[in-house]
Amino acid sequence: MGRKLLTEHINVEGIDTFEVYRKHGGYRSVEKAIKTMTPDEVVEEVKKSGLRGRGGAGFPTGMKWSFLAKPEGVPRYLVCNADESEPGTFKDRQLMSKLPHLLIEGMITSSYALGANTSYIYIRGELLYVLRILEKAIAEAYANGFLGKNILGSGYDLDLHVHPGGGAYICGEETALLESLEGKRGNPRNKPPFPAVQGLYARPTVVNNVESIAAVVPIINEGGDEYAKIGVGRSTGTKLISACGHLNKPGIYEIELGVPVEEFIYSDEYCGGIWKGRQLKAVVAGGSSVPILPTELILKTAAGENRLMTYESLSDGGFMTGTMLGSGGFIAMDETTCIVRNTWNFSRFYHHESCGQCSPCREGTGWMEKVLHRLEHGHGHMEDIDLLVSVAKQIEGNTICPLGEAAAWPVAAAVRHFRHEFEWHVTHAKEAAQPGAVYRPGAVLA
Amino acid sequence: METTTVKPQFSEAAQAEIKRLLTHYPDDRRKSALLPILHIAQAEFGGWVSPEVQDLVAEVIGIKPIEVYEVSSFYTMFNLKPVGKHVLEICRTGPCMLRGSDELTAHLERITGAKVAGPASADGLFTLKEVECLAACGFAPIVQVREKYYEQLDTPEAVDAMLTELRNQVHRPALPWEETGLPNAVANN
Repeated sequence: MGRKLLTEHINVEGIDTFEVYRKHGGYRSVEKAIKTMTPDEVVEEVKKSGLRGRGGAGFPTGMKWSFLAKPEGVPRYLVCNADESEPGTFKDRQLMSKLPHLLIEGMITSSYALGANTSYIYIRGELLYVLRILEKAIAEAYANGFLGKNILGSGYDLDLHVHPGGGAYICGEETALLESLEGKRGNPRNKPPFPAVQGLYARPTVVNNVESIAAVVPIINEGGDEYAKIGVGRSTGTKLISACGHLNKPGIYEIELGVPVEEFIYSDEYCGGIWKGRQLKAVVAGGSSVPILPTELILKTAAGENRLMTYESLSDGGFMTGTMLGSGGFIAMDETTCIVRNTWNFSRFYHHESCGQCSPCREGTGWMEKVLHRLEHGHGHMEDIDLLVSVAKQIEGNTICPLGEAAAWPVAAAVRHFRHEFEWHVTHAKEAAQPGAVYRPGAVLA
Repeated sequence: METTTVKPQFSEAAQAEIKRLLTHYPDDRRKSALLPILHIAQAEFGGWVSPEVQDLVAEVIGIKPIEVYEVSSFYTMFNLKPVGKHVLEICRTGPCMLRGSDELTAHLERITGAKVAGPASADGLFTLKEVECLAACGFAPIVQVREKYYEQLDTPEAVDAMLTELRNQVHRPALPWEETGLPNAVANN
């Protein structure tokens, strides 16, 4: 059994209340940080922990914090990115709704480290019920002296607010999120300047994912060195994996980084294998934007070793044979899954969610969706397959924000690994257009 | 034909909530409260934001109406046309599709009589809306109705239970900024 640093108490009755959370060791990190450490020492512990951004990018959190500009007399902000909406990813929603005080505790400790006196949790608008849970917990934290003026008699002041979005995936991109928080359309900003210099209201700002901020709590409680002992290499600590698709036991699992992918899929401790006794066909390991891999490549690296749930092992072989840990959105697909249909579905998502600011993304995502739609529905041509790759290439690297890449990678990877399936949709157009039709090697459709 | 529209007004409870929300942002950044206030407006005025309601939102924040329109049209959660009493938001994204959201949508169209992206059902009870990822992929397929998630709707029984619950809802659930325990105005008004 792996250690559970975040979710150990998640099923305790009443853990969403201040009283019960406190009884189980809650808010110790705030006391420790504010009473015994300087803000810089807190940043130092996070650096030592090796914690990497849990929203998907995997950038070292401590380093990100040390980039924050600190001009005299200018307010700075900590903003929590709780706009989780990458298909396959649903860990933050669970964490916030069951353990609201864990996030609030992390926000207080992190805000102290960064010298922020006002912090925001930007939560996706669909989760208004989670917003209510957080607001109630915040009110309890104020009532118990952990928020507001002069926290624990230290002279440190902090106000914390929750802010709902309005249903736009792009607002998970940090600069689009800041635009949205300012009451505007969620159009990403050109960088530089980076948020660390000019973020919310043009003030220095750090934007961190929910899980990253929650992880600060055990890091301060146990020390960065202890945290770094968990995991493999530069993938330290624990990670929440949200598993879904054709699994026997979909759900949220907190793993110590380094668990073999095969064990994660098939062992009873985790997903318990593929449903209905079927075979696994493909996996999207880190949320819909990361490259899809067929079974043999998700279980073994290019070098033939067991692939592990770490940033490095999952990306082994680059995009030719590897993928990314991303946000930990683990989507398993069984042998009855039509990859063309699935790719079309993802493509429709990115077309729908493109903010429309840059042409390659606005036009390209729609173009890919259209081509995939006709392939899926039996009206495609052989040239369409290379056309898809060509459009994906022209989006990649040519947009203001990474939504372009997020839209292009899944398409390029699906063609790379399942080209025969796309070709079958052209050569067997009539069969492919039947509902539920799926290419299977050697099988003849009835 | 000339129509007269009564200018909408926020309830006192909503006004108090708006006042509280405005304190969350610096005084010269009141526009930040736009999305939270649009959510309140949509809940208060029958599940959608008419141009008149959007003008009211602009007025209480102190910004130009166009600043509200450009935002309300960008975010998919704000309905710009009238909706039925219950808006069923069906997640259609990858993981939900793998677990049967296409079948769920077809099933809901059949039994409610409403059409996705079309007008509400004839009895005015249900509007069907397909949405992208609701962040509940492990419990797919999913429908969201206002602030409630209905999960694992992969059997006719589960779908029936949801619809029965919604049909039996005479009063709308209390909104958080309203006093609880008081019967609320009937059906979304």
